Amino acid sequence: MTTHDPHKGAPVEARLGIWAFLATELLLFGGLFTAYLVFRLEYPELFHREHLRLSRVLGTLNTVLLLTSSLTMATGIAAIRHGRQRTLQIALALTLALAAGFLGIKYVEWSEDFSHGLFPSSNLFFGLYFVMTGLHGLHVILGMTVMVWLLWRARRGDFSAEYNTPVEVTGLYWHFVDLVWIYLFPLLYLIG
Amino acid sequence: MSDEATAATGHEPDYLAQKGFRSWACTHDHKRIGVMYLIATHSFFLIGGILAMLLRLKLLTPGPALMSDHAYNVLFTLHGAMMIFLFIIPAIPSSLGNFFIPLLIGARDVAFPRLNLYSFWIFVVGIVITVASLLQPIDTGWTFYTPYSAQTASAVTALSCGMFLVGMSSILTGLNFIVTIHTMRAPGMTWYRMPLFIWGMYGTSVIQVLATPVIGITFVLLVAERLLGIGFFDPAKGGDPLLFQHFFWFYSHPVVYVMILPAMGIISEVIPVFARKPIFGYKAIAYSALAIGFIGFLVWGHHMFVSGMSTVASVIFSFLTFFVAVPTGIKIFNWIATLYRGSISLDSPMLYALAFIFLFIIGGLTGLFLGSLATDVHVTDTYFLVAHFHYTMMGGTIMGLFAGLHYWFPKITGRMLNEKWAKQAWLFIVVGFNVTFFPMFILGMQGMPRRFSQYPEKYQPLNILATVGSWILFAGIFIMFLNFVRSLRHGARAPDNPWQGLTLEWTVPSPPTVENFETIPTITDWPYGYGKKKRQAK
Repeated sequence: MTTHDPHKGAPVEARLGIWAFLATELLLFGGLFTAYLVFRLEYPELFHREHLRLSRVLGTLNTVLLLTSSLTMATGIAAIRHGRQRTLQIALALTLALAAGFLGIKYVEWSEDFSHGLFPSSNLFFGLYFVMTGLHGLHVILGMTVMVWLLWRARRGDFSAEYNTPVEVTGLYWHFVDLVWIYLFPLLYLIG
Repeated sequence: MSDEATAATGHEPDYLAQKGFRSWACTHDHKRIGVMYLIATHSFFLIGGILAMLLRLKLLTPGPALMSDHAYNVLFTLHGAMMIFLFIIPAIPSSLGNFFIPLLIGARDVAFPRLNLYSFWIFVVGIVITVASLLQPIDTGWTFYTPYSAQTASAVTALSCGMFLVGMSSILTGLNFIVTIHTMRAPGMTWYRMPLFIWGMYGTSVIQVLATPVIGITFVLLVAERLLGIGFFDPAKGGDPLLFQHFFWFYSHPVVYVMILPAMGIISEVIPVFARKPIFGYKAIAYSALAIGFIGFLVWGHHMFVSGMSTVASVIFSFLTFFVAVPTGIKIFNWIATLYRGSISLDSPMLYALAFIFLFIIGGLTGLFLGSLATDVHVTDTYFLVAHFHYTMMGGTIMGLFAGLHYWFPKITGRMLNEKWAKQAWLFIVVGFNVTFFPMFILGMQGMPRRFSQYPEKYQPLNILATVGSWILFAGIFIMFLNFVRSLRHGARAPDNPWQGLTLEWTVPSPPTVENFETIPTITDWPYGYGKKKRQAK
């Protein structure tokens, strides 16, 4: 059953498994987005006033970083499908660096919030902001952990044009993490 | 056992042959993992059952006696939380599902055997944290309603973390089953040649994957509320306690179908075997499982009719609730039509299946009382509700589980049960169950509220009846488990196919070998061709 065609990517079990997992993740974040919607409709002024305290510059920068990391990840997958191991290693290392940059900026943002006396308990907007970006950040950390392992395996030469399932599956997960941010960014930083 | 079995058949050793802690704790064998879940979940059934006995004992008298009101609150919370999260939800899917899905579809294992072991250990860690929370046992009721659950000093945080992990295990198990059912079926086993237990498990798995994350995020938010002082659910901070209820029931309603669909699957297996007739309306049963799973996502609001939801929403939820009754009715109709003019033999699995139909009809129909707005206002949070969900969960899911345990015990253990004991236990259980829970319908109609440790004296006679019933029920369950334990050693050796079933698990030795099948079978027909020479599945 695990026969597969290298041009079609990972075996069907792995693809089905990761998509089911992403469905579960979507519903996990779905709860938060629902809470956002409910409170936003209830307190539009609060959301408008508070969102101005976030730094749009840093938010935009982070969006660029994460989008680029999706690009490097996709490049890595495309490379290993053609058996280019060296490109995969570089792509994974770049993705890791971009993800670390994202977390670094997030750290700066949170520290500034704290120094201005903004905490999760300050109001509902910041409660949502910290929980949503926090849960998203945890997903980034989880993704980075997996990528360190992938990089280690890639350097050992485990992956090839015939076998690259873990890379492809992690890539799908990483795009999902990116996609969540693409929704978080406008909802928290842009919409007034 | 193993040596004799090997000597007798000359084949590979059975899956139980290897001994030692490591051979179990690190196993990737779906059968062993299923057995470990079976033991883990049933130990919580026993603990939850003992708690229930104490609650019933307390309610023997209307006044203060035996325990403090707080202790009563703790006991009914733990009874509910353990029975639901640690027993009924995982009992059939994780144990019998794990053991029998690969066997029934002709596979050697699930799609991700290692992930299966991880799910089990995540479940165990969840259990350990849950048990640790007993240092400060919670008293919120199993529904954890805010704002009380956000403020109480009891260990809600620890329990939420435990439940989060149990939920994660449930998601990974469901994910594993979905992929297994999609990709691992034996050659020739089309979707319409799958046993109906697989259809039920498929519906269940989809719900597990799509609903459980929502309770996960609910627990995360509850913990954030407690630890970080956020006010999502606290009206004093602008939050909304109703939002918690929506989140909670968005999971906790679909999850009642996680409980019931596998049980319905078992009933669909047992009835044709013991009626010696092809199942009536195969496709209707299969699709109604998916329909129940789908509509089940749209009815959560019926738990909140008196919580302050808008009338429009209530009317819509009420209508959708009636809608769930349709596929359920279709299933019951098909089972009864299968029984009609069959050559029925009343072995213990069949007895439990019949008890399921009888009790679940009562449970299901009283659900409609609760689903209609006007009656619900009258009986909400009374013993009518308690009776209703015990008829569906215990009378439904657990009777289905017992049917499955009696049906598959020979395959799992290689030993037959003592049929006389099994029937006696059944009689005690069915009589005891009805004597315990039927009076609660009447008590509820008379207005006795649930979750109070003391009650007006006029309710005492029926409460005495219910408590006596709980003793009969307990005796029955005790005999049943005694029979299980005794038969492990002293039961007659089970043949490969004691019930003359046609599904694939009966083609392999009892107990099965590690690899399940020597050669993967090729399927040419559906598995319900009983009583006829040949019957094409179409």
